[in-house]
Formats: sequence, structure tokens, C-alpha cells
Amino acid sequence: MNMIQALNSAHDVMMERDQGMVVLGEDVGFFGGVFRVTEGLQKKYGKQRVFDTPIAENGIIATAIGMATYGLRPVAEIQFADYIYPAYDQIVSEAARIRYRTAGEWTVPMVIRSPYGGGIFGGQTHSQSTEALFAHVAGVKTVIPSNPYDAKGLLISAIEDNDPVLFFEPKRIYNGPFDGFFDRPLTPWAKTDAADVPEGYYTVPLGKAAVVREGEEVTVLSYGTMVHVALATVRELGIDAEVIDLRSIVPLDIETIEDSVKKTGRCVVVHEATRTNGFGAELAALVQERCFYHLEAPVQRATGFDTPYPHSLEWAYFPGPVRIGTAIKKALEV
Amino acid sequence: MSDKDPSKLKPNRPKLSLHVPEPPARPGETPDFSSVKVPPAGAAPRPDVAAPATETHPLTMSLVRVLDEENKAVGPWDPKLDAETLRKMLRDMVTVRVFDDRMYRAQRQGKTSFYMKCTGEEAIAVSAANALDREDMNFPTYRQQGLLIARGYPMVEMMNQIYSNKGDKLQGRQLPIMYSDKAHGFFSISGNLGTQYPQAVGWAMASAIKGDSRIAMGWTGEGATAEGDFHAALTFATVYNAPVILAVVNNQWAISSYSGIAGGERATFAQRALGYGVAGLRVDGNDALAVFAAVRWAADRARANYGPTLIEFFTYRAEGHSTSDDPSGYRPSNEAKLWPLGDPIERLKGHLIGLGEWDDERHSAMVDEIAADVRSAQKEAEKKGTLATASIDFPQDVRTMFNDVYEEMPWNLKEQQQDMVDELEAKRQWPR
Repeated sequence: MNMIQALNSAHDVMMERDQGMVVLGEDVGFFGGVFRVTEGLQKKYGKQRVFDTPIAENGIIATAIGMATYGLRPVAEIQFADYIYPAYDQIVSEAARIRYRTAGEWTVPMVIRSPYGGGIFGGQTHSQSTEALFAHVAGVKTVIPSNPYDAKGLLISAIEDNDPVLFFEPKRIYNGPFDGFFDRPLTPWAKTDAADVPEGYYTVPLGKAAVVREGEEVTVLSYGTMVHVALATVRELGIDAEVIDLRSIVPLDIETIEDSVKKTGRCVVVHEATRTNGFGAELAALVQERCFYHLEAPVQRATGFDTPYPHSLEWAYFPGPVRIGTAIKKALEV
Repeated sequence: MSDKDPSKLKPNRPKLSLHVPEPPARPGETPDFSSVKVPPAGAAPRPDVAAPATETHPLTMSLVRVLDEENKAVGPWDPKLDAETLRKMLRDMVTVRVFDDRMYRAQRQGKTSFYMKCTGEEAIAVSAANALDREDMNFPTYRQQGLLIARGYPMVEMMNQIYSNKGDKLQGRQLPIMYSDKAHGFFSISGNLGTQYPQAVGWAMASAIKGDSRIAMGWTGEGATAEGDFHAALTFATVYNAPVILAVVNNQWAISSYSGIAGGERATFAQRALGYGVAGLRVDGNDALAVFAAVRWAADRARANYGPTLIEFFTYRAEGHSTSDDPSGYRPSNEAKLWPLGDPIERLKGHLIGLGEWDDERHSAMVDEIAADVRSAQKEAEKKGTLATASIDFPQDVRTMFNDVYEEMPWNLKEQQQDMVDELEAKRQWPR
């Protein structure tokens, strides 16, 4: 399965198990979503449980909140992470706080799925990585898978979770992993172990990172598409790096991070989002607070730039192997 | 002036000017309600609940009224309530007013930080609660305390919340008056205006998805109709024919901005229903019977799958926006007294007296009894502390600050919780 099929399967498995699960969003019903993640679900589960919505992101999230307070488990799709801003108030002021402000009397068990990230010539409005905006807010969780197996297991965990979860899908690798060079074709998932996705129910827990490559020289922290670019980079440069796929940034698996950095003594953070106040800043601060006496060099960041995503200059913007390699070399130099 | 100044290039064009709506009267001026057209009670037709939405649209420009100038119930909207129900509604409304006065004073005494009265608007929430089924869900704003009172929610619980004391079920996390009680069909209040409106629609959609028979009622003030959430709510409500009642309480004032600033100068708020194909009613909000009749009509309509109704309750906020507001700074001080639709309590009381089901003596005895109940509730609540004491020796277990952010507490909150406990201990030992 590729990631789209794995995500579709997660929906299917959970809709079968939980009659209270509903799916809503722009184009998710009859058409199955612009990326086809929800394909076939309306036909199988009916229009009462899978339906198209008006183009009103705040309305999608607000009504999903209402449904969750009723006792349903809505999974809402925001067509691109760039379009989530109209719903920002509903997510951060409402979904994130309803449990807290009612001391647990009302809860909002809902998932907001959204394709994110660049590398598809999507321009400013189809390329952003908005995860840090939500990781800054108490009360929501933020999950980002990097392969089909995890995508299905994490989405099932997110649906079962009783807190609101933002589930960002790396659309650049919907069809296969990617090494960060625009002129090299995608490797289909079919050639990888991660494509071996079981048909039925299984979970990948939220808040548990994966060490996707063991190494001794430097720890590379990443998530989503960038896990693959980081892996390709260290492989090509022949660096003995430990690469960690965080899988979820809230909750964050601090133990795995700490153990790894204490072992390697060096750390590089990689993400696509703009640098300033990105989640990499939090990771660098945490590593510095907790592993300072084990560090041999300052924590380095390889990220997008502090500009909007420029359409025709996308491949100059995208944090590819050269930028990641430079950051790793810098961390190794001292 | 630049040589690109358009007035030089296009001398024949008139100069544009921006229109900024102004209320008819400001402080020091004579209140002017000449723009408020009050049609006679009983004049508005009452469509069948199954009628197409368009049949209700003329009603978005008039005013559904039941009680006439002599407080007699007239016309097709008369809900023909029995005397017992009318007395209960009167009692609920008086309770709300007495409760408000008491808590306003408690704020002035420094026992809490903040309070909001609904003086002059008591009929709206009280009548709505009496017209809805007990199981229906409300997504209220901060001026619907009448919903809780009318559904028998203990006043002590309300006061505990206002005081953020040891008995506060919300554990001191919410601003006073931002109650939440699922069992009484009262969704948690948000300070971000309008957010609850589309949530109510979502709740109603969920009820429809599950084939339930309960409906939802969303509430907003006229000011917040300008928020995007208002329009999302109406769009979703009409698209999915949601079993929801959407109430706009037009009390004329959003803090110091009069209803014209919210867009009410050129169209009524009820008329917002037209563009969405939603049924719409504009109702005398100071007429308890008209409010009851309209909500019951909309509830019957929603329950029978005829879809949503937008109701504008036309009323007047007789007091300030909150304890932090001084309305004498922006409107004539005697404006409330001259409000042409009168006082909702006096009108319902007059109606009951006219029916021979009430008299001044019973009324004053009831007021005394309610005042005693409110006082005794206050005493009981204050045994558990007030905010004044709360900020010195925290009434809640401070560690609960970290509960309910997530279902399970993550490591970072556990660490911060311990840091806070250590910090409080260090504060106690700090040299003075």
C-alpha cells in the first residue's frame, strides 16, 4: 500500500469498528478527496457518515467540534494545511480548551487531517508546514507520519484518542519515499518494507518516536517527508548518523531524543517549516537543557527559510540534502 | 499634494465619504426610539411549522408580539399556557433578576472579578428554556443564565463558579459566569464571540446523524453576527437542514457599539435568514409569551425535520455590558427606562394579574422568598470561599492546574507541575 491507501484503510477499519465515526470535509464524499484518501468510504458507509462540506474551514472544524461534544468521533479533512487558518480560532480557542475549561465534563475527540509540506510546486498556498503553530498550543496533539505503516497505525491511534489531534500528512511522499532531489523520481512505496501494511486493525502509539537508523556520530531529529531526505543524505555522505523519526511532536518522545543525543553528543534538527520559532527551535532548546554536558557541538538546524513558499524557486527553498549535509558537517566539525 | 491626486485628474467626480453608523442619541441627548416600529400585538401571522422558509420571511421584518398594551395575550402566536407554567416563568425571571443584583453587588464587594447581568432580557432565556424539551442542548453566550435557572440548576453551583471557590466544578479555570453543565443542557461558554454558533449546528447535525430526537439551540448577540462563524453556522444549518434553532439576542448594544455597527442599520438580524433559505422570525424579546411561542414553533419545526430557524429576539440591554463597563459614557442614562417594549417581568406579571392568577401581594411575597433563597445560597457558597480569598490561599489544589489539558498528563506538564509546587514552596520561604 502507498500512504494514501494506508490512510484510507485506517478510515475503513475504524468506521467499521466505531459507528460514531464520521468523515467530513471539502470533496471527501462522492469524490473521495482531492488526494483520494477517503475514496469509497461514502459508498460503503453512506452519506450520513461521510459527507462533503461547504468551503468554510471554520465551519468544518466548528461543526466537527459540535459533533464531538455530542459523542461522535469526527475526522475532518482540511484540503491543504495552508487553508487551516480560517479554522485556527476554532482549533486553538475551542477544541484545544474545551476539556480544560470544563474540567473534563466535555471532551472533543476529533481528528483534523491535512496534507502539508512542499516539493510539489504548490506555491505559497499548497506547500506550508504549519505544525509549529499548533505545537505551541496546549490541548491539541500534532502527529506527522513518514511512511504507510505508521500512517495507518498513527491515524487509528489518533481516531481512538480522546483529545483533538492534528494529523498532518506529508503529501510529497503520499506515493513513495523521496531523497530530496527534485530531478530524481519518487521511489514507489511498493519497493519498501513500510509498504507492507496489514489489512486490519493495528496501532502505532502517539508520542513514541522511531529510531529509523542507528548511528554513533550524530543524532538527526526529523519527521514527515524530511525523514527520508535526512536518511538519503547521511547514506550518501557516509555519515554514521542516528536518524530519529519523531512521528508526533505533541506528545513528544523526549526519552528517545535524550538517549540518542547523550550517546552521539551531537544533534541536528531537520524540518521543512520556516526556521524562526519553528519546532526545531523547541527541539534545540530541549536538547540544550537536557543534554548540554553531553554535547560536543552546538545543535544545528536545517529548515526552510523565513520567507513564504516561493513557487518557481521551490527547489532553492526546500531543505534538501545539501542543506542537511552542511548542517550535519557543521555539527561534526567541532 | 501629488500630481497623481485623483481630484485633479477627475474634477467632475464627487468626493467619496465613509459612512460610520451612529446611534440616534448619545449621553446628554434625549433618547430616541422613533426608528423602532412596534406593530400591534397579535398582528403577525403564524405559519404552519411545516411551511416553507419563504413563508416566514415577511416575519423577519415585523415583530411577533403576543402581549398587548393591557398585557392581554392576543393573536395566533398566543401559546395559551396554563397559569402554573406562567407563574413558573415569572418566578424564573424574577430569580434571574434577583440573582444578577446579588452577584453584581458581590463583584462590587470584591468577592469576584467580573459579572454580567441580563437585566431587561430575562424573558428570552427563561421562556426558551421553558419552551424547549429538557433534553435539548443549548450553546449559550454569557447572558443566558436564565437557561440554567429555568432548568433548576442549583444557584449555589452558579455562585461557586462565580467565586472560583473550593466548590467550583470548573476548578477555578473559567471566567466568572462562564458556566458549563452538560446535565442541564448548557454547553461551556467561550469568550471568543460566535464560536459556539456553528458548534451548535454540529451538535444538531450529530443528533440527526444518529437519528436522535433532541435538537440544539445556538445563541449569539447581535454584535457577534458580524463574525465569520455566524455565517458558517447558517451555511451548514441550511445545507444539512440541521435541527437547530439559531437565536440572535439583539439587545442593541455590543459594549459601546450600537447595533448599527454590527450591520443592523439597513436590515434586521432576522433578515439574515433570507439569503440562506432558513426560516426566520423577529420576536419581541420583552414579551415572555412571544418568546415562548417562537421557540416552541422553531423546536417543533426542527423536531419534525423541517430544518433550522433563525430568531432575532428584539430587546434592550438595560444595564452595562459587564461590571467593567459604564454605559453612561456612550448612551443617554435614561434610555433603558424609555425602551418602548417595556419590562419583561412587569409585562408577564401584569398578564397573570389580568388573568386573575396573580396579585401584587403574592408577587411581593414571591420576591421576598426568592431574595431569601438567593441570600442563603450566597451564604452557602461563600462558606467555600470567594475569589478575594482565592488569590491569596488558593482554594483549589494548585496541582489541578495541569489536569485536563490532555486526557493523560504528558511528561512536560508533569515536570512543570513539580516546578510549580517547588516554586510555591520557595515563595513561602522567601525572606520578607
